[in-house]
Amino acid sequence: MVSVGASAVAAALPGAVGAAPAANDAPVLAKVTFTVNGEKRDLELDTRTSLLDAAREHLHLTGSKKGCDHGQCGACTMIVDGRRINACLTLAVMHQGAQITTIEGLGQPENLHPMQAAFIKHDGYQCGYCTPGQICSGVAVLDEIKAGIPSHVTADLNAPMQVTDAEIRERMSGNICRCGAYSNIVEAMTDVADQNKARRPA
Amino acid sequence: MKSFTYERPTSPAQAAAAVSANPNAKFIAGGTNLLDLMKLQIETPTHLVDVNGLGLDGIEATPEGGLRVGALVRNTDLAADARVRKDYAVLSRALLAGASGQLRNKATTAGNLLQRTRCPYFYDTAQACNKRQPGSGCSALDGVSRQLAVIGASEACIATHPGDMAVAMRVLDATVETVDGRGTERKIPISEFHRLPGERPEVDTTLKPGELITAVTLPKPLGGAHIYRKVRDRASYAYALVSVAAVVQPDGSGRAAFGGVAHKPWRVEAAEGEMARGAKAVTAQVFAGAKPTHDNAYKLKLAERTLGAALTEARA
Repeated sequence: MVSVGASAVAAALPGAVGAAPAANDAPVLAKVTFTVNGEKRDLELDTRTSLLDAAREHLHLTGSKKGCDHGQCGACTMIVDGRRINACLTLAVMHQGAQITTIEGLGQPENLHPMQAAFIKHDGYQCGYCTPGQICSGVAVLDEIKAGIPSHVTADLNAPMQVTDAEIRERMSGNICRCGAYSNIVEAMTDVADQNKARRPA
Repeated sequence: MKSFTYERPTSPAQAAAAVSANPNAKFIAGGTNLLDLMKLQIETPTHLVDVNGLGLDGIEATPEGGLRVGALVRNTDLAADARVRKDYAVLSRALLAGASGQLRNKATTAGNLLQRTRCPYFYDTAQACNKRQPGSGCSALDGVSRQLAVIGASEACIATHPGDMAVAMRVLDATVETVDGRGTERKIPISEFHRLPGERPEVDTTLKPGELITAVTLPKPLGGAHIYRKVRDRASYAYALVSVAAVVQPDGSGRAAFGGVAHKPWRVEAAEGEMARGAKAVTAQVFAGAKPTHDNAYKLKLAERTLGAALTEARA
């Protein structure tokens, strides 16, 4: 059993992927397998491919947006292994075996995630370009507060975290909205936090 | 971005050997700084060695009563660790003052120490920069230097270390643990980890080529009030103009390190005897010999006031 397990790991995680030298800047291809929105996906990609480009250009999941492509705007935010990250600043090949959730995996028009419904109700967007990233980030932020992860504005590092306007604004600072829907985004997130609280036993 | 081959080794020594064997190879962990620089072709490695799978992501107590933080511990996890929050709050505060939630989820302890400067001339490949292209000159010297170094700089480079975490590590006297390509381990005091630019601004740290950080060790807790004050152009998600990491004891004694002012976290232990006398007495010594530019002379007054605010907060 041990040897079978070890060889399975070796097959899935080879020591050297795309080991041929990159002469003359020629593309180097590598294989990667991860799960996106519950579906296992096998890809063979140029090693340079970001997780964002893998989703948009190869899996045709175009909900996640490319804004700055440098981790400054947050439009590409996805939830990977339970954590929100900038999908533009990470390589797809670094995510072997990962569980990835994009905006398409949170909800669909006929079956909206509560955060998507709250953004509609509170007008949490105007042009909509940053919205998928805002919503993925918003969902993860409420999870982070629930998990007791502190922020820059948390007064007492050792006390339970609260969902406040100040906490939401600080934690969402990596998601830029050029239309300036910020105050409505805070209202949408607060609404969802209140719904979650009402559902949880006291 | 230039193309590159990619490898996932299974041990720290193997990773160090892989990078030691190839001068164009680099380690990649979180990738939040390296990939940004690769997209701009400021960094052009032809081989990447992914160190995420090496099991360097734990935080454990040391026999000396401190903590050993694995090199791959994410900034979010280090800031949120209950022991860090309780006994090394200046470190939690510094981490939480840096970057965004998305970046902290990816960025690692070692990568944070190794992040490169955000000097605008380093980023602008149309400009001369000795750090990016040795011997090309320094556009910042006669350029817009509002954000840049006021002390410890050279005629070749006035860039700053941009980080927050390292400033807290400096005030806590952390130690950086490494392994090289031959499997030899060593420990580098944080005070000797980052370099001043001198004539070789392209070299940020005292790491040897291929040497891999495996952990950062914190000595036993200092007690006292832990303060991190950061002054920046906006309230969140911006680099420090000036920051202060301070640990202040009830009798007014303590330590202070400054960020945003030099090529490394700036701490002058000899000045800390003045802590009980107040900020002005400390910063007069800490910044003795400072050579600010016209654009950034404000940082000297700002550093004094920021330390003053930190001391007031510590007494509250």
